[in-house]
Amino acid sequence: MEQGIAGELCARMAADLDAAFPDLVVQHQHLVFRVALRVVGDSASAEDVAQEVFVRAYRTLARYPAERVRVLRLRPWLGRMTLNLARNAIRGWRATTDIGALAHHPQAPDDNPLQLVTRDDERRMWARLLAGLPQRYRLAVALRHVDGLSYAELAETLGRPLGSVKSDVHRGTALLRAAYDAEQRALARQEAV
Amino acid sequence: MTTHTTDRMISRGLASLRQPAPAGLLGAVLGRLGLDDAYVRVEGPIGPLFVAFGRQGISLIERARDAGDFEHTFQAMFGRPVRRVDRAPEVIERVIDARLWGGRTHSGPVPVDLHELPDFEQQVLRKVLEIPRGEVRPYAWVAAEVGRPLAVRAVGNAVARNPIPFVIPCHRVVRSDGRIGNYGAGGPTAKRAVLEAEGMDTSEMERLPAAGVRFLGSDTTRIYCYPSCRNARRISSAHRVPLRSADDARRAGFRACRVCRPVDAPFRAA
Repeated sequence: MEQGIAGELCARMAADLDAAFPDLVVQHQHLVFRVALRVVGDSASAEDVAQEVFVRAYRTLARYPAERVRVLRLRPWLGRMTLNLARNAIRGWRATTDIGALAHHPQAPDDNPLQLVTRDDERRMWARLLAGLPQRYRLAVALRHVDGLSYAELAETLGRPLGSVKSDVHRGTALLRAAYDAEQRALARQEAV
Repeated sequence: MTTHTTDRMISRGLASLRQPAPAGLLGAVLGRLGLDDAYVRVEGPIGPLFVAFGRQGISLIERARDAGDFEHTFQAMFGRPVRRVDRAPEVIERVIDARLWGGRTHSGPVPVDLHELPDFEQQVLRKVLEIPRGEVRPYAWVAAEVGRPLAVRAVGNAVARNPIPFVIPCHRVVRSDGRIGNYGAGGPTAKRAVLEAEGMDTSEMERLPAAGVRFLGSDTTRIYCYPSCRNARRISSAHRVPLRSADDARRAGFRACRVCRPVDAPFRAA
């Protein structure tokens, strides 16, 4: 189904880029923003990167012949472009992962305050555990489990073989599991005391 | 805790970190590429209007009330934001001047963006665009012109949903029985006011059909027209022949005007 919708969008962009381009942004803005956020670490910079990705995507699409636009696989193509631009953006300054920003979410109005605190605390914990992973695994785990990319999309976005990407995600997840278990044990000990 | 349960906790926990893209991203991107839609407030024949336009032309017109409401309507119709600007591009200004005020005629096709509408509605509205200022045509004429002579009611619906009133002159489409008909941008009173502002004598327009006269013929040229056709208005009173129907006209030896192409309504009002 994903393929069908994307194929249809490509056909429309090949026929009339200006008319179809807003749909490209609407359908892929979350993917692009999340990949950017994974790399640059804060929402404001991620938004700048996401804007830049779509502006460049438009200019590239305008240059491509129609037959090439029609067969583009948009998600991996945009994912790779986002990763490259995000890495360029942080070159020169160290990426600092702002755990507070990662865990912060606008809340649904019917949430009660107690739930709010719990959810925010939990998000904080997961953001902290994720940030504690070695760099090599962190991006792969986040793109797979936080942002919901398939393994195939992940391999294309990162420009690495499928097997190596899968093993990074599995190793990263195993480390995360160990860290989570350790944290739970520590909590249990505190409660016992 | 089993590994399996922990894995579920982990994937749920990580998924809770998922963040949506900021709401303004689409608008910012389209703005940087010059692809965004903008709108201006202009004076119209019966009060101020909001006129929205994009690369393909004018896309939405409403009578200017609340700017927030207009932006909301636009977003709901087109799925993208619209931003207020002080001045429209020159081509749009020229079109507004020509269509609303009868200023310098705009040459070439009128830039209206109807591509989101169904084909039939596009055909109907493009046809309505051809009705000259100071003249009116019945719904049945539009139906016949787009090749669907029986679809009078469907034409009425399409005209009622006109997203670009004033520029696409849906106020110049009236009922075959002479009644002025309804109007999306403010009801019959507003419709009458817009036509009057264009120089139409609406009571005269309604008087003829009320007396059973649908067409006017000339006994010198033997041509019959809609009463508001520019050719009908040139017939001097001595030569003007009132006609009840196109059938009557043909039987009396008249031929249809090639400018206004008059037709009978498919179901003539009793």
